[in-house]
Amino acid sequence: MINTNNTLLEIRNLSVTYPTRRGEVKAVENLSLTVPAGGRLCLVGESGCGKSTVLHAILRLLRPPGRITNGELLFRGRDLRKLRAKEIQGVRGKEISMIFQDPLTTLNPVFPVGEQIRESLRLHQIIPGLSLPWPLDIIRRKQEKEIVLKAMQEVGIPSPMDRYSIYPHQFSGGMQQRALIALALVCGPALLLADEPTTSLDVTIQAQILDLMLKINQDHNTTIVMVTHDLGVAAEFCDTIAVMYAGRIVEIGPAETIVIHPHHPYTRGLLTCRPHIGEKAQQVKPIEGNVPDLTHLPPGCAFAPRCPLAQTVCEQGPVPLIQVEKNVLTRCLQPVDNRRDPSWTWDQIVRI
Amino acid sequence: MKATKILERVLAALPIMLGVAITVFLFMRLTPGDPVDIMMGRGGAVSEGEIEKLRSEFNLDKPLYTQLGIYLKDAIHGNLGYSYIQKYPVTTLIIERLPATIELAIAALIISLVIAFPIGIASAVWQNSLLDRLSMAGSFLGISMPSFWFGIILILLFGVQLHILPVQGRIDFDAHLSIKTGFYIWDSIITGNHVALISTIKHLILPGITLGAAEAAVIARVIRSSMLEILRSDYIVLARSKGASEWRVILKHALRNALIPTVTIIGLQVGVLLGGNMIVETVFSWPGLGRMVVSAIFARDFPLVQGAVMVYAFTFVMANLIVDILYTYLNPKITF
Ligand SMILES: Nc1ncnc2c1ncn2[C@@H]1O[C@H](COP(=O)(O)OP(=O)(O)OP(=O)(O)O)[C@@H](O)[C@H]1O
Ligand SMILES: [Mg+2]
Repeated sequence: MINTNNTLLEIRNLSVTYPTRRGEVKAVENLSLTVPAGGRLCLVGESGCGKSTVLHAILRLLRPPGRITNGELLFRGRDLRKLRAKEIQGVRGKEISMIFQDPLTTLNPVFPVGEQIRESLRLHQIIPGLSLPWPLDIIRRKQEKEIVLKAMQEVGIPSPMDRYSIYPHQFSGGMQQRALIALALVCGPALLLADEPTTSLDVTIQAQILDLMLKINQDHNTTIVMVTHDLGVAAEFCDTIAVMYAGRIVEIGPAETIVIHPHHPYTRGLLTCRPHIGEKAQQVKPIEGNVPDLTHLPPGCAFAPRCPLAQTVCEQGPVPLIQVEKNVLTRCLQPVDNRRDPSWTWDQIVRI
Repeated sequence: MKATKILERVLAALPIMLGVAITVFLFMRLTPGDPVDIMMGRGGAVSEGEIEKLRSEFNLDKPLYTQLGIYLKDAIHGNLGYSYIQKYPVTTLIIERLPATIELAIAALIISLVIAFPIGIASAVWQNSLLDRLSMAGSFLGISMPSFWFGIILILLFGVQLHILPVQGRIDFDAHLSIKTGFYIWDSIITGNHVALISTIKHLILPGITLGAAEAAVIARVIRSSMLEILRSDYIVLARSKGASEWRVILKHALRNALIPTVTIIGLQVGVLLGGNMIVETVFSWPGLGRMVVSAIFARDFPLVQGAVMVYAFTFVMANLIVDILYTYLNPKITF
């Protein structure tokens, strides 16, 4: 696939389940990914397809009852699954950081924002030296505060001095997300996991946050794995797109290929259901049907029940990822080749 | 919180106190039974003249509203009237008894917090574990068990059977404590009398546990349920994602938030402490306000009961004021 000689993160055959009363929710099934150092990868898919679960699994922060049942999470060649509690705590926030889906509920409401950022520095002993207990650590606290202020400045929080000691509810949503980005970056991590960092923000702020993340990627060579449900955002932001459906990767490849001529009917569907400016509402075609129940997945292609191209073979057995062109893998037995048929549209498939 | 705001809140308590005073006054006067009969004792040969003299001395010959007016006017000057039975100013009697009650209440509060915090936190962290089930069953027992019964059980077990803890009074007679403030712990510390200190602490344990048990049970439940909710929240995942250890996440990030509802309930429980102390002080022969009120009620010593109820109401109002002040520190979203 993509060049693998400077791989930072490699996920091999990751499976995650949430055992519930209704049965095992197979949130992620046999997922493999490779992210090169400095790369930008997007996980794209509808709500509930397991995107957040992948990110949480990497840092072993799955919400109960979530459990990794299989796979390897190789970060710089070390399997994160095998680390002891103390070791994974050393990785979290220092080598791999995370930005969460909803900034408004992610900061702790009772601590000043600046102090929450500073805690990361303290936890990882970024300022070396003696660890004195609380009132005696004035010098160290001052040095740490300097770094925090610089980080707040860098992510575009105006007058960080004044904002250092105020509380999350006194920040706007966009500012809270910036603070969370500052928090994630303050220890200089190699990998940044961003879970829909812009979904809960309004459009102009969204663009600013994406620009900020792009700048971070370029200035610090921070590798970014971002989750989004918006293929447009993914296309703008990253170099590789992995499309997920029902816990599996259904298509993965370079961003422009995936967006311009996708091979999987699901990816195609995601593209046509994005509204464009100037387009009438009825031209936006949502994909019909619903995401399948993850406790009872069909034996064959999970998308087959909603797919206009599905044949009987699609429903008979598991569909492997197939290389359809250079660098592009598609989990489909009837891949669309719209290079051969450029006039191909979603409407036409519906008619077939 | 600014001093002016605190003053404002204290002043806002005045109408409440006035309402309490009027209500208690009327209730006490409308209950059957003539105070003069009580003062004279039953069956005593007393002349009409003496009775009339007593009536006018205690203003009982005047109409009810005049009596109320006199009572309120005096109360403003800190004079809550004279006890019918003990023939002393009510204020003096209350001030004499108050330190014993406050000391016991503080001991009960400390004991309940020491029990409630570890249990509440541990049951939330290990939800549905054996420990959780046992402590929640225990706290159910603590809430539903009458405190006089619990007190008697403790007396039987630790006092009568095991002889390890005293079950009566505040201090041993041979401790020779010279009383300065009436707070025995404080008095024994400033006079350097460690025998008295140990004796006082020992005397506080059983009544403190009896009074604190129900309180501990309620607080533990509140801590548990708020911790359970908080441990599921996003900012806890954030704290973990920063690399904080699990204990740090629980004791710093989660507990600090759980304190907000916990402090509220502790403030409300002050009322329970005050109500409970009448029973506990009676069971343990504790020379405090509660026991005095109980005997005053039986003796229809109206001024004394009235005075004590005013003190209770005042304490309750103040406790809630303290909670509100603490709140502004605990919850940054609330500013006065
Ligand atoms: N704690 C949990 N207990 C049980 N099931 C869960 C839990 N968390 C997630 N799931 C299930 O796992 C599946 C994947 O969830 P996940 O949050 O990873 O989806 P997502 O792609 O991030 O969706 P969204 O776009 O809504 O954030 C969903 O079907 C969800 O219902
Ligand atoms: Mg999600």
